[in-house]
Amino acid sequence: MKKYISFFRLRFSMELQYRAAALAGVATQFFWGAMEILMFRAFYRTNPGAFPMTLQATCAYVWLQQAFLALFVTWVLENEIFDSILNGNIAYELCRPVNIYNMWFSRNLAMRISGAVLRCIPILLFAAFLPAPYGLMAPAGLTNFFLFFLTLLLGVGVTVAFCMLVYMLCFFTISPMGLRIVTVSMVEFLSGGIIPLPFLPDGVKQIIELLPFASMQNVPLRIYSGDLTGGGTLRALLLQVFWLCILVAAGKILDALAMKKVTVQGG
Amino acid sequence: MKLYGKFFMIHLKSIMQYKTSFLLSCLGQFLVSFNLFLGIYFMFRRFSQVEGFTYSEVLLCCGITLLEFSLAEAFARGFDTFGSIVSRGEFDRILVRPRNEIFQVLGSRIELSRIGRVLQAIVMFIYGIRASHIHWTLTKAAAVALMLLGGAVVFSGFFVIYASICFFTIEGLEFMNIFTDGAREYGKYPVSIYGKKVLQLCTFVIPYALIQYYPLLYLLDTGEAYYALLPLAACLFMLPCLVLWKIGVRHYVSSGS
Repeated sequence: MKKYISFFRLRFSMELQYRAAALAGVATQFFWGAMEILMFRAFYRTNPGAFPMTLQATCAYVWLQQAFLALFVTWVLENEIFDSILNGNIAYELCRPVNIYNMWFSRNLAMRISGAVLRCIPILLFAAFLPAPYGLMAPAGLTNFFLFFLTLLLGVGVTVAFCMLVYMLCFFTISPMGLRIVTVSMVEFLSGGIIPLPFLPDGVKQIIELLPFASMQNVPLRIYSGDLTGGGTLRALLLQVFWLCILVAAGKILDALAMKKVTVQGG
Repeated sequence: MKLYGKFFMIHLKSIMQYKTSFLLSCLGQFLVSFNLFLGIYFMFRRFSQVEGFTYSEVLLCCGITLLEFSLAEAFARGFDTFGSIVSRGEFDRILVRPRNEIFQVLGSRIELSRIGRVLQAIVMFIYGIRASHIHWTLTKAAAVALMLLGGAVVFSGFFVIYASICFFTIEGLEFMNIFTDGAREYGKYPVSIYGKKVLQLCTFVIPYALIQYYPLLYLLDTGEAYYALLPLAACLFMLPCLVLWKIGVRHYVSSGS
């Protein structure tokens, strides 16, 4: 366990080196967040009755999404891993007395958390000072905030566990292109990255909410904004734990299979 | 122009060496823009219209914007990756050749895999046209052509600005994405829905509304006739971009080894 924690720390401090890049990214995210909110406002003004969440909850959702973007986006995958599988450097990793799955898992977790730590504070501060319906409201209460934090961690866990599947499948397909393209575009939509899931029509929504992708950013962001309460929260929390276990187990199985028949590429 | 044709053939031939990879990246481009469509589709399942625009009108708008953007991207992609040309010192090579440097950068990359995105744009465009019950005349077809031309020029202008900034900062700046990717992403809806201030900003400071919102009004028979000519005015935007480029070239200090 200790060695994986040190992998985590190593990666974390490495990512913190790119502070200027993170600051430049913050400016972009302000803009994206603002435009997203203006778009929702237009729909709200046209027909407030059809709005599935309150405008304020939607705005909170958008700002939190921008602030914690690094935690949940699936288009940020570690290229080093794909490269190492492709060019044979994986052999070095295999010689080490560590488990590949656990090592990559901790590295990915560190990469995501460090990225978010740098970016979230200016965005959250800025959003908190915006006027009422458009800004980020304070959390409803202490329990609400605690639940938000817990599901946020679980959501990151599910996201990383899912990305691990993509890495592991790469052992079998070698070329990551096709896999990446499909996962990136599907996951972004199914996890509520394009529009929040409550905006989907009934029927479709209920099915998508059961998928592992809904256990990523959807749950914590909706808990914070007060859209998900009571029994819904409990159900979503259990689903998150369920999917985390399933995805990690699937990853471990693929890991074991891959290690049995791994081919070192390149020369 | 003949030389550009030659550049084009070189890129075409080189990409055809890897057919599978080319097809996959086309598919990827298609799928990524498909998300854009899904977002619009589900929003309109719930709200039948936004600020007076219906679903098919928004699709038409989105298709045109996407087409403008992907045209610019396919041909002016060399400017988009210009940061790496500058930081590796390759711009020296371009400067010593007896050809216009803008022309050479244009020829340095032609992104044919953007065809996937163009296809997506065309599908949405056709659907939008069929569903929007526009009474088509020759002038309206000409207006669409002008929109595509003006749009491609404006987006190329932003790629040129992006590249010119690289002369000063050596590497590309992420916030410039706001003007290119951001405009594509949010240009799917007519600019006016974002509010009056954004519309004014996009009319007088950055000419987005001139290539999207005003000509669209003309197509939908709600705008004045001269709106159709506004994309030509938007082409003037290229002038300050080129001036910035000239300043950048003069400022250029070689880097790399």
